[in-house]
Amino acid sequence: MKIEYYLYLAIALFCIGVVGVLTRRNAIIIFMCIELMLNAANLLLVALSKMYHAAGVAQNPMAGIDGQLFVFFIMVVAAAEVSVGLAIIVMLYRNTHSVDINFLNRLKH
Amino acid sequence: MKNIFQLVWLVPLLPFAGFLLNGLFRKKLSKSLSGLIGCATILGAFAISVALFMEVKSSGGQVVHLFDFIAVKGFKIPFDFQVDALSSLFLLIITGVGFLIHVYSTSYMHEETSDHFARYFAYLNLFVFSMLLLVLGANFVILFIGWEGVGLCSYLLIGYWFKNTDYTNAAKKAFIMNRIGDLGFLLAVFWMINQFGTVTFSEVFAKVGGTPVMIITGMTLLLFVGATGKSAQIPLYTWLPDAMAGPTPVSALIHAATMVTAGVYMIARSHVMFSAAPITMNVIAIIGLATALLAGTIALYQNDIKKVLAYSTVSQLGFMFLAIGVGAYTTAVFHVMTHAFFKALLFLGAGSVIHAMGGEQDITKMGGLSKKIPVTYWTFLIGVLAISGFPFTSGFVSKDEILLAAFEHSKLLFWGGVAGAILTAFYMFRLLNLTFFGKFRNTEEKAHHVHESSASMTIPLAVLALLSLVGGLIQLPHIFGGHPYLNEFLAPAVKIPGGEAEGAATTEYMLLGGTVIGLAIIYFITRKLYAVDAFSGVYEGFRKVLANKWYVDEIYEAIIVKPIRWIGKKVVLFTENEVIDWIVNGVGKGVQLASRQLRLVQSGQVGSYVLLMVISILVFFAVQFLFKK
Repeated sequence: MKIEYYLYLAIALFCIGVVGVLTRRNAIIIFMCIELMLNAANLLLVALSKMYHAAGVAQNPMAGIDGQLFVFFIMVVAAAEVSVGLAIIVMLYRNTHSVDINFLNRLKH
Repeated sequence: MKNIFQLVWLVPLLPFAGFLLNGLFRKKLSKSLSGLIGCATILGAFAISVALFMEVKSSGGQVVHLFDFIAVKGFKIPFDFQVDALSSLFLLIITGVGFLIHVYSTSYMHEETSDHFARYFAYLNLFVFSMLLLVLGANFVILFIGWEGVGLCSYLLIGYWFKNTDYTNAAKKAFIMNRIGDLGFLLAVFWMINQFGTVTFSEVFAKVGGTPVMIITGMTLLLFVGATGKSAQIPLYTWLPDAMAGPTPVSALIHAATMVTAGVYMIARSHVMFSAAPITMNVIAIIGLATALLAGTIALYQNDIKKVLAYSTVSQLGFMFLAIGVGAYTTAVFHVMTHAFFKALLFLGAGSVIHAMGGEQDITKMGGLSKKIPVTYWTFLIGVLAISGFPFTSGFVSKDEILLAAFEHSKLLFWGGVAGAILTAFYMFRLLNLTFFGKFRNTEEKAHHVHESSASMTIPLAVLALLSLVGGLIQLPHIFGGHPYLNEFLAPAVKIPGGEAEGAATTEYMLLGGTVIGLAIIYFITRKLYAVDAFSGVYEGFRKVLANKWYVDEIYEAIIVKPIRWIGKKVVLFTENEVIDWIVNGVGKGVQLASRQLRLVQSGQVGSYVLLMVISILVFFAVQFLFKK
């Protein structure tokens, strides 16, 4: 498959994520959108890694493999982030009985 | 002793070590120990100086390279010491007279507390260090380091009793007057760097020949401005009489024997340049003579024993510059040497008198001391005779030479010099009579208290008295069976085209006879006028003008200090209140205004933060994309 398709898909995913973060007020939805953006990046990394591997495997059997390594890093970081983020959301709910981020402006007062 | 030149760095370093020891541990050291450190370091420097002098005498001078002081592309200032006839002679004067004055000080300053005592010796050692640096430096920059150093030490020592506001003001005056002169010196050095690309003496002098006379004249005039500041010539001389606020041994060492002769040394050192600028030479001769006469007239009616000696110093420095102005450099250096002897003697004698009188400096309140303090009296008498030019004393020989040199140059300068010499004799005999003859004009209690000083004060007096008597013999004219040994010795360092003038036999005898008759007349006049039972010391009419120093200080105050103060006040009002305040307040107001606007961004809405973040990232990418090279 052409590499462009992967790129288009990744861009689309990322934009959906951005728009979701900007427009939604529900913390959990925003969280999911952030995950979308992360995964858009993962997809891009994997696709390009494959491309470079196909192009450079003759000289170097490990060509382009580092892109895939990064993906694992991002997944681990995302998992850690999920645990912290969900914990914050739980605390948010306990305090405000809502997951609407517009109630999160209390630090200002 | 082949490598004695390699030890030359020890000469200034020993006093510097003394300065560090006394300065850093002044609270720990006892008086005797800090006095010992002060004297021993100078004695060590003196010993090496003697060895250097002998070496220079037998095998000639040498430039000793120590390290590179400043080295930038195409321009280098090496830290070199030039040991030749001129500098080795000055080394001897500075360390020799300096040592005697250090010894004298241990006794004179004995009433100070031990940490102030050590501070005094630290300053004195630092001064000797700077002065040695000044005469040893092989280029104008090293000379300038010493030049500034002695100015600083002079300031510190004039203001030694810093609790007295008048004294600190005198110190400031000295420093500022010196700075004015130093600026001229500095400009000359900058000009040299620009013109010749070097400041090393030998290299500069080698290039003088191929340079337009106007440039050399400009440079030498600027150098002379420096000399007028340091050596107290018109118009910058007024600091020296005020400098008498310092302890008396300081006046002897710094303001009579050594520092004030730095200008003479500097010009003698760079005589190649000065000889190439006849206009400068005439200016120097005229200013020297004018200073000699002006200070001489002022000294006639001063009532403070140290002020008389201070104006006498200014006057004698005028004589030295007169000698320089007529091209007799070695004679000027010779007069520096003899003057160092007899003026240090007179100042130390005055210190001994002040000590005996319990701090009294007013000669109208003295009188009849000759019986009470005989050693001081006899040594002081020798000093007076020497400075007045009594035949065959050191002052006679050197002043005689100056007058002869002036005679060769111009009759007017000669008669001016004679008038100056008469003034000198007159005020010195007046001082002698008022102090030592007549009746004691002070309270009974004081009369009871008068006592001769201790041996550590009288021995330096005796040594200096001996030097004042016989110091001139090394340069005695042929007529009197002498030989110009000093000129011969200095010849390699100070080359005079055409050689020094030697007067004809008749001139010499006329001078000799004139001096004897003149001194006799002056002696009887002053004896009649001033060896008196009561003396008010108040003057009327023209004498009042002289007693008030021609009102020079007041004139300076009116035409220089006041306008500058006025301008300063206006500038303060404008820059301080308008410009600076505007800038400071403007910055404050600007920050306040901007922060008031920016605060609105901090809304607390998470959504708006995220939006801003996304917009910023987009802008960042857009900029990256647009301005990609």
